[in-house]
Amino acid sequence: MTSLPESPCTKKLGLVIDLDICVGCHACAVNCKEWNASGHSAPMTDWNPYSGTEKRAGEDAGAWGIWFNRVHTFEVGEGADSRTVHFPRSCLHCETPACVTVCPTGASYKREEDGIVLVNSETCIGCKLCSWACPYGAREYDHSDGVMKKCTLCIDRIYNENLDEADRVPACVSTCPAGARHFGDLGDPSSEVSTLVKDRSGYDLMPELDYKPTNKYLPPRPKRDGNGEDGQPPLLATLAHEGQSNNDPTTEGVTGAMLRWVDIMLSR
Amino acid sequence: MNPAFSVIFFTSSSGAGYGLLVFAGLLTAMGAFPEGSHVIVCAVGLAMILITVGLLSSTAHLGRPERAWRALSQWRSSWLSHEGVLAIVTFLPTGLFFLGQFSLEQPLLRWLGWGPITAIMALLTVYSTGQIYASLKTIRQWCTIHVVPGYILIGLLGGGLVMSFIGSIFALPTDEVYWAIVLLAIVTGILKWDYWRNIDSGTASTTTNTATGLGTQNDRIRLLDAPTTSQNFVMREMGFRIARRHARKLRQISITTLFLIPTLGALCAPLIDSQISMIAITTMSLVSGSVGTVVERWLFFAEAKHVVTLYYGSEAA
Repeated sequence: MTSLPESPCTKKLGLVIDLDICVGCHACAVNCKEWNASGHSAPMTDWNPYSGTEKRAGEDAGAWGIWFNRVHTFEVGEGADSRTVHFPRSCLHCETPACVTVCPTGASYKREEDGIVLVNSETCIGCKLCSWACPYGAREYDHSDGVMKKCTLCIDRIYNENLDEADRVPACVSTCPAGARHFGDLGDPSSEVSTLVKDRSGYDLMPELDYKPTNKYLPPRPKRDGNGEDGQPPLLATLAHEGQSNNDPTTEGVTGAMLRWVDIMLSR
Repeated sequence: MNPAFSVIFFTSSSGAGYGLLVFAGLLTAMGAFPEGSHVIVCAVGLAMILITVGLLSSTAHLGRPERAWRALSQWRSSWLSHEGVLAIVTFLPTGLFFLGQFSLEQPLLRWLGWGPITAIMALLTVYSTGQIYASLKTIRQWCTIHVVPGYILIGLLGGGLVMSFIGSIFALPTDEVYWAIVLLAIVTGILKWDYWRNIDSGTASTTTNTATGLGTQNDRIRLLDAPTTSQNFVMREMGFRIARRHARKLRQISITTLFLIPTLGALCAPLIDSQISMIAITTMSLVSGSVGTVVERWLFFAEAKHVVTLYYGSEAA
């Protein structure tokens, strides 16, 4: 059914991605590929995987293939005030996804029971219109199968009773070494993810387009800029101060000497 | 957006075919030609060929062309599905209209209503083609009020040019068609001019700031590292920028070939007595208009910038 569920989904499974914590290691993207290469939408075809073998004119060399999750790295602001933000991007499982309503075959659909947006690869004709309708670049085309593929929120993991309960989360969430990705029901205001979004002012991507994404992003925390009067970071200054005091054990031995040396070097 | 040749050919060819049906339907209803006239038989026959070839070519860009029939299933919600259903339903009145030109005795077939019904169905089909593009909020250059009338008017103009060509071959006066071409070319030219002015001056409400939610409105956000070292599907499909560099030149070419030359042709043709010169002029206008339509469609894709490019280094879309 290409129309959206008649009553809005009460359960909204989705991800909360903490941009303050993400270190840009791409582990989520790699584990996503690893799991899904044999999962619901398998295979995740690669073309020209060893580069430089494409025959058709106009196709540039270089490996390319399907990934449901990709990590971009942005630099925000100028000069000393700038910061680097790693930005994982995948399907946001929108409440009003245009990728679903434009689909002429009904292959794209939004599940009423949990809000997950999926593609039925048995009925998709590969017209690619859904990829035009999606502002987030979540849908990719499989040249080998001739159909569109996308993030399934690891539907074959989260309901998989063969897995330990702790493992019933999307592959990207289970693998994140920094704990920057959270999975849960964003339709339940008391869920952990909803609380996180509330506490940290989680936000939508491109809210002006009004697709009402389920996934939320948590902004990087404000930069701490609390240098002391002499320009030293406060903690080091305190340590150095303590180091100068004879009563403090840190003045003793090698550690004290090290701290004094660091203090002198930083004070120059 | 990456211009898919099959889609450009489809919208150009079918668009002209549907425009031709509108001309044939209306001219018959107005009694411009006698019943069973060769002009109408040729026009409707050629229109059906143009439409069928176009529709078949549109399946060439599908990953699974053998499943194309499934595209008719979502007729309640998808503009692409509306277009498919309308295209197929339109064949019914068109076929009856066509057969009516041969069997003047059959009361069902010689009903005068088939022409106008064919014309209305043809317009509705092109309307839904335009809506496929105009309904995409992700592409500022498509989500404008110009797009749907643009598709309809250029289809009508193409149909008029084919009609004038057929008329000149049968040496039948088709003054109405010439005047329609002049009017359509002027109106469409103004519409396209306003469209280009609009997309050039318009500001994008979606920026890298809203796409990432980072920084304040004045903060510049630069892509330090893309997710892939090569071009992925999204970059290839949405990040096309080759023709954008030549946009100005291509716009001039499309204005000249699609609007100026056909207007001049339609103004000159009625003044000429020799049939050979008349055929030469209508042929030239038709060829020129066809080139112009393809260039216009190419630009329509190439100048369209999808918001997803904001994640890949564009600062505004």
